[in-house]
This record gives sequence, C-alpha cells and structure tokens, in this order.
Amino acid sequence: MAIIEVRDLSKQFRVARPREGARGPLARVRREYTDVRAVERVSFDVEPGEMVGYIGPNGAGKSTTIKMLTGILVPSGGRLTVAGFEPSRQRKEMARHIGVVFGQRTQLWWDLPLADSFTLLKHIYRVPDERFAANLGRCIDTMEMAEFLRTPVRQLSLGQRMRGELTAALLHNPEVLYLDEPTIGLDVVAKSRIREFLTSLNRDAGTTILLTTHDMGDIERLCRRVIIIDRGGILYDGDLERLKARFATERTLVVDLEEPAPALDVPFATVERVEGPRQWLRFQRADTSAAELIAAVARAARIVDLRVDEPSIEDVVLRIYAGAAKGIAINDPSPG
Amino acid sequence: MDNELRLFPRLAWSRVRGQLEYRLSFALMLIGYFVMTLADFLAIWVIFQHLPLLAGWSLGEVAFLYGTSYVSFRIADMVVGHLDMLPTLVRTGALDTVLTRPLGSLYQVVTIDFGLRHVGAIAQGLVILVIACTTAGIPWDAGRALMLLVTIACGTAIFIAIWIVGATTVFWTLGSGLEVLNAFTYGGNQMANYPINIYAGWLRRIIAFFVPLAFVTYFPSLYILAREDPLHTPELLRFASPLVALAALLVARAVWGQGIRHYQSTGS
Repeated sequence: MAIIEVRDLSKQFRVARPREGARGPLARVRREYTDVRAVERVSFDVEPGEMVGYIGPNGAGKSTTIKMLTGILVPSGGRLTVAGFEPSRQRKEMARHIGVVFGQRTQLWWDLPLADSFTLLKHIYRVPDERFAANLGRCIDTMEMAEFLRTPVRQLSLGQRMRGELTAALLHNPEVLYLDEPTIGLDVVAKSRIREFLTSLNRDAGTTILLTTHDMGDIERLCRRVIIIDRGGILYDGDLERLKARFATERTLVVDLEEPAPALDVPFATVERVEGPRQWLRFQRADTSAAELIAAVARAARIVDLRVDEPSIEDVVLRIYAGAAKGIAINDPSPG
Repeated sequence: MDNELRLFPRLAWSRVRGQLEYRLSFALMLIGYFVMTLADFLAIWVIFQHLPLLAGWSLGEVAFLYGTSYVSFRIADMVVGHLDMLPTLVRTGALDTVLTRPLGSLYQVVTIDFGLRHVGAIAQGLVILVIACTTAGIPWDAGRALMLLVTIACGTAIFIAIWIVGATTVFWTLGSGLEVLNAFTYGGNQMANYPINIYAGWLRRIIAFFVPLAFVTYFPSLYILAREDPLHTPELLRFASPLVALAALLVARAVWGQGIRHYQSTGS
C-alpha cells in the first residue's frame, strides 16, 4: 500500500489587490480578489521506501504541495493521505510519523547548544530514552557532529546546521521524510556528506523520502524516480534514467588536441565551438557511441585529453517544457 | 493536552536559558521595566497630591486597583506578551515549523518565548499591592484573602485572552493590526488601573462587558475593599470574574482556531 496517496489535489489562493484606480485610505478596504491556482488536480502515489525527487521551476507549486502533505496548508480540493492520516484533519497525530526539513528555515532553538534542541525534541515527540540515544548516536557518527554539539545553533556554519536539522527531523523515526532544498547554500563537501547520509538512511531504515530541490546533482545522486511539476500540474512522473534516455539524447565530446586545428570533420558529430586546441563536438546517442566518435577524432588529429559531457537534468527539464509547448506526450506510461 | 502541560516547564526553562545567554541585554531590560513601573505609579501619586479623593476613591484604594491589575497584566505579559512576534513568525515561515509538530499551534507559539524579564515588573507590582493592602483599610478575612488570589488569577486569564484575540487578527491583517493589539493590551492595563466610574458611560460599558476589563480588578475589588459601588451594579458581578475569565479564554481559543484555519487556507 502506498504511504503517500495524492488524488486530484488542488489548491487555490485568494489574492487580494487594491481595486483599479482605488486610492487613499479606503484603497485597502475596497479590494478585488482573484483566485490563483497554485496546484491543480495533482495525483501520485509514493510506495514505502521510495526516494522521489519533486522538481519544477519557481512558482510551479512544489512548496504548496509539500505544505499540504505536511498539514501546514489545507487543500481546496482532492484527497490526500500520508502514513494513513489525513494531514489537514489529523495534523498532530500525523506529525509523529513524518519528518520535515525546510532548507531555509530552522526547527532548532537558535540561542541554545545544538544538543539541547535534540533533548527538547525528544520530549516533544516523546521518544523513549534508548531509541533517542540510538538515533542520535547514529546521526552523530555518520555525520561527524560530535565536535559542535555544545555550540549554540546561531554560531554553527550552514553545513553544520543542516546536519543538525536532519538529525532533528529523524529523532522520532519518521516513516516519511520531506526535504525542501536540503543542500541549498552548501559547499561541495557538505553536499556530498548530506547525500551520503540520505542514501544510507533510505537503504538502512527504509525511510520514504520526498525531495524538492533546484540542485540537479541532488536528484541525480539520490532519486530513481522524479515527478516534474509545472504551473500547478504534473509534467512527468517516472524513472529518471528513462527520462534521460528520452530527453537527454544529446551529448557533447570535448577534446583537447595537440595543436590548434580547424573544426574537425567527423561523421555523426557537429562541432559546436573551437577555442584554440579545444573543440566541442555535439552528437546523438542514437547515431554513434562515444567510443566510435573518439576513434574517429583520433584518426583525424592527435588527442591530448578528452571528456564526455552528459546533459544536466536542468537541460532535460527545459527540453520537456519545449516539448510540452509543442504538444508532445511525455508522460511515462509505466511509472516506477 | 497532557503532554503539553508536562512540557511547559521544560520549554519555559529553555527560553530562560536562551535569554540568559545575553546577560547585558537582560539586565538592561530589567532596569528598563523597573523605571517604567516607577514612573507609572508616580503619575498616580502626583494626581493624589492635588486631589484627596479620585471620584470617591482614596490613594490606598486606587493603589490596590493598580497593584492587582498591574500584577495580572505583567504575569500575562510574561506568558504571552511575545505574541507580538506573530507577524514575524508568519513572515519568516516559523509558523510552518510549528504546524509540523505534534503539539497545539497556540501552545507552541506561546512557548516560543518566556518573558522572564517581566519578573522585575511583577515584583514591583507586588510591592505596591502589599502597601495598598495595608493602607486601603481592607477588613481582611479568609474570604477576602482568597478573593485576592482569585482576582489576580482571573485578571491574568482575561489579559491573556485579550492578547490572544488581538494577536490573532494578524492572520487577517498581515501585521498591520499590532497597534490595535497594543491599544487593547497595554491600553487595557492602563484603564484597569483606575476605578471605572471615572470613565464616560459608553467607554465604561465597553470595558465592563465587551473587553471585560472591569472584571480584571474593579468588580472583585469592590468586594475586597468592602465598598459601595458608585455605579450601583448588581452585587453578583463582584463574584463573576472566574466565569468571565473562563468565557474569555474559550473565546480566545476559538478565535485562534479560526485564525490558524485562515492561515492554512491562504498560506501567506
């Protein structure tokens, strides 16, 4: 049975704006209302243990969906269950079964040492002593947090704080973990530490993870399945690899030649750019393999160095939007 | 509910420790409140330098009203005064975090802070109250002593209710209602400091029955001071404060519930 079930979920906001031409003290009173559809008839299921990337551009409806799933917002239409609870009606009961990390907010007590926040949360969630010790110990070990446990939260670096936020969200063994931009503003080392931790959490504890992010690296490292949302509706729901195979068909071979040369003429590739001895060759996955192309280049010139650029998910998403604009059907017929 | 009561001392203590992290600002705040209370009471004293009686009330009696109202108000301020921060909580999204936890939302917003800095003001109110108790000519007995405790408890509850209702308006006004809130809380305290028969009739009716400030101290004090009511209200009103306080808290809880529901359906 699915742990998250979303059916025809919709959310409309009433936005007030001053009436056209209204001025003076009454302008705030005489307002017009317009309905903004933030999420419209969205449906998907998430099975226990899945790790799903929920992505889309700003204003697409990602945060609104997460806020409905966590019980912060009440949906205007549709059905929604999480771990068997209806978020808006059973908010407090459900809260014990979910963990939430909003990258740009904190759930820690700003002026207290990090460890004190954990103790307070232990009591708020009524976590038994042994379970608390075990969960906290595992987080401290795997995320190397021992040295800053006694530091007040306001003095932590962003990366340290984020490890604290993750720990705070996991002390009560949630079945579902929501992450909203968990790696925002982090450096490469901090990002990879968080990603490794999430992978092991999902593998060892079987925690279901729903992740929204702008960082395509997060998605590529963590998620097998992606749901792409745009303008309130689902654009794609399915396997990440299949998405890449379908929309990420174009790759680029970058070669450094021994000496500058005019644009190379090799089959199935077009030279995009020449910069001194370096050339960019665009080719289609279906036409030729990277190995064949490299061999063809090697026959024409001496290669010093090379690399193959895979398209980023960002490019893929852009291409989907372009495809959607042309009316190309993109939904994966068999998600998951 | 059970869990929430059990947690309260722990959460309040965590806030006190947080505040003690900033010792200097804490000390300055204590001194500030001390000076404010002193100036407040001096104003009353100055009035009595010119008038022996204020609308039929002696200095000792007015000091009694002042003391009970002030102590109630400052206890309420200590517990819920930081509801002023609600617009900030809404704007920064901290209220979202509140809604993801297995505790009541009002409870969590209230326990976000604990105004220990108000203990100075409370102590000062108590000093004034003790002086008033010995100089206002009160015919003390067990009933009156009990009534004093009930008065302070009910007064605190009424101020807390006013604060909650006032703060909840930000869910609709998005922050522009704070001045109105202050008018009812700080202004309400100022009004309750004086016997209500000094106010005009329409204002009196508002503070007696709409914003029930007259039940904070005026009505129960009539009993404690064993006074005639210059307004000749029914004697029963002198004992109605507990009911009024309970009603006020229930109204406040209902209004908060509406406010949160409004927030959850607008999400801004």
